[in-house]
Amino acid sequence: MNDAIRKVVMPKWGLSMTSGKVTEWIASEGDEIADGDDLAEIDTDKIAGALESADEGVLRRIIAQVGEDVPVGATIALIAPADVPDAELDEAALLAREELDSGAVAEVAGPVTGSVEVDGRTVCFAALGEGEETVVLVHGYGGDKNSWLFVQEPLSQSHTVYALDLPGHGESTKDVGDGSLDVLAGAVLGLLAERGIERAHLVGHSLGGAVVVAAAAREPARVASLTLIAPAGFGSRINAGYLRGFAEARSRRELKPHLAALFADPGQVTRQLADDLMRYKRLDGVDKALGALLGTLLDGDEPALDVAPLLSEVDVPVAVVWGRQDAVLPATNGEGLDDVEYVERAGHMVHLEQPNAVVVAVNAVTNRR
Amino acid sequence: MARTISYREALGEALAQEMERDESVIVLGEDNAGGAGSPGEDDAWGGVLGVTKGLYHRFPGRVLDTPISESAFVGAAIGAATSGLRPVAELMFIDFMGVCFDQIFNQAAKFRYMFGGKAKTPVVIRTMYGAGLRAAAQHSQALYPIFTHIPGLKVVVPSSPYEAKGLLIQSIRDDDPVIFCEHKAMYDVTGDVPEDSYTIPFGEAGVVRDGDDVTIVAIGRMVSVAEEAAKQLAESGVEAEIIDPRTTSPLDTETILESVENTGRLVVVDEATPRCNLATDISALVAKEAFGSLRAPIEMVTAPHTPVPFSDALEDLYIPDAQRVANAVKTVVEWKR
Repeated sequence: MNDAIRKVVMPKWGLSMTSGKVTEWIASEGDEIADGDDLAEIDTDKIAGALESADEGVLRRIIAQVGEDVPVGATIALIAPADVPDAELDEAALLAREELDSGAVAEVAGPVTGSVEVDGRTVCFAALGEGEETVVLVHGYGGDKNSWLFVQEPLSQSHTVYALDLPGHGESTKDVGDGSLDVLAGAVLGLLAERGIERAHLVGHSLGGAVVVAAAAREPARVASLTLIAPAGFGSRINAGYLRGFAEARSRRELKPHLAALFADPGQVTRQLADDLMRYKRLDGVDKALGALLGTLLDGDEPALDVAPLLSEVDVPVAVVWGRQDAVLPATNGEGLDDVEYVERAGHMVHLEQPNAVVVAVNAVTNRR
Repeated sequence: MARTISYREALGEALAQEMERDESVIVLGEDNAGGAGSPGEDDAWGGVLGVTKGLYHRFPGRVLDTPISESAFVGAAIGAATSGLRPVAELMFIDFMGVCFDQIFNQAAKFRYMFGGKAKTPVVIRTMYGAGLRAAAQHSQALYPIFTHIPGLKVVVPSSPYEAKGLLIQSIRDDDPVIFCEHKAMYDVTGDVPEDSYTIPFGEAGVVRDGDDVTIVAIGRMVSVAEEAAKQLAESGVEAEIIDPRTTSPLDTETILESVENTGRLVVVDEATPRCNLATDISALVAKEAFGSLRAPIEMVTAPHTPVPFSDALEDLYIPDAQRVANAVKTVVEWKR
């Protein structure tokens, strides 16, 4: 096949995804495509999201039809420059169609999961990519390593990308000690030490943003850059009602209304999301962990964290990304920070709603010297 | 870490984790260890289906093999529960419960009520139900409706390994008597289950699948049958919402009603025989509370009103299958006044 013809494949979003469906082609055959453009809406039994292009050119052929169940890694479309002859694309499309119909699609390697021991706690992670430089993704309050699913794969094309579960979250030990930033930052630094990563680009969302700042202040030599996504610890506003509602919800029914605060688009709050979060909240020890961390985040109804002084001690490139419609930590909290990239049509979960904005920001800051 | 394990392993893990956490948890029943009191290997069985395998040596003195004496060991478990232990009794087949109805219905179920809320009876009776293993009429019934009928009992019917573990842990921690019903054809079913301990609260249904065209409420093993039917139906453009009540007592009526208010159509799938079962109970609830939302008469897919046949061919016909569920859905979707 002509090397100029690039395959668009069904992505692997998360460890358990084996197939997905195109629910809508956003781009049409003949459209000019830039890197990062939305190509299609993809639905799996767990989540729905937009597939972004990793190539540029013209969308020459659509292979997978809307509604067709396609295994991860299968070719769903072809992108090529306008000057590649149609005959070559017809041939490539035929091959791709045959591969799909036969079901003989090579399995795509997903992230590799593992764990390290830090201060008597197990810290779990998922790693993807083989780039020389390492990026570590640190989720926020109540999140986990899977919340980076739209971001980890694109970043892995140029970096080795770790997503970890902070103590109290995901599959890591649920004990958080006093719940202080120190404990959480210790887990991030411990992961670096245990995995032999001398220096990493740290990316933190929300509480994770404050955590990576604290980690950088504690061991500056280990940190190459910081990307802060709607970080906690800056500004004076915080949605205490959301945080308490999340911590205290005992059922899917109680939880679901609170989740609307996370997104600009309320359609993102699916039953599956609420179910997955309840699964997490029902693990032994999570209640106590969320309670302790609530004390780290809140002082009455006010923010308890201020990491601006810590950030001023750190001399590495810093990028800040904030969703315009953030209803948990409002975008106005970024006023004291330099060069904040405000993202339209995004709430608190920027990396789920507008993942490309996060990918672009991380790639830019990791290339800055 | 979540990994894929069987329903059997999920139950065994729940027992082991609770026995580890709380010394007052004990296990008793027939062949829970196996070989007790006779020469040869101890822990030969681990229960007839191997759920309790390994517990006998791990928790010395806390796994008790009993004689074939359901009325005695269920009574003993209930008595132990009233005096400080948290026993998990295994009564091999739900069909044999008849010999200990007084202990369960008239004693365990009544203590909290009759002693003015001052007594608690944290006992779990694990038991196997259901047809499909060629075990004939006396070992194949789906008798959970009988227990659902009795105030004072909680009745759990898990549909997956994830539910089996979380609901069993919740059952052991619960202060009331729980009848925990395991389908005998599900022990080798596998699914994702977290390694950590967790609980699933009683009275909160799971929504297994979203859909706007019809609500299917399915109990226990029938959830997977409904899922198979829903897949077929989706190919013809009918999207079914599947609700798994998880516990028949307490019953999450709100989730069922909300769903029917959205879809306007209800199919209930229950492996129990059709008189006074969960299908009739849930149908009555919906007919009374959501009548105005119904766009078609309710359909019930159940076993026929007969003993479970021993003939393979007849037993296969006896158990509700995906085709019957799909047909019932078509009936309600295509119904015209």
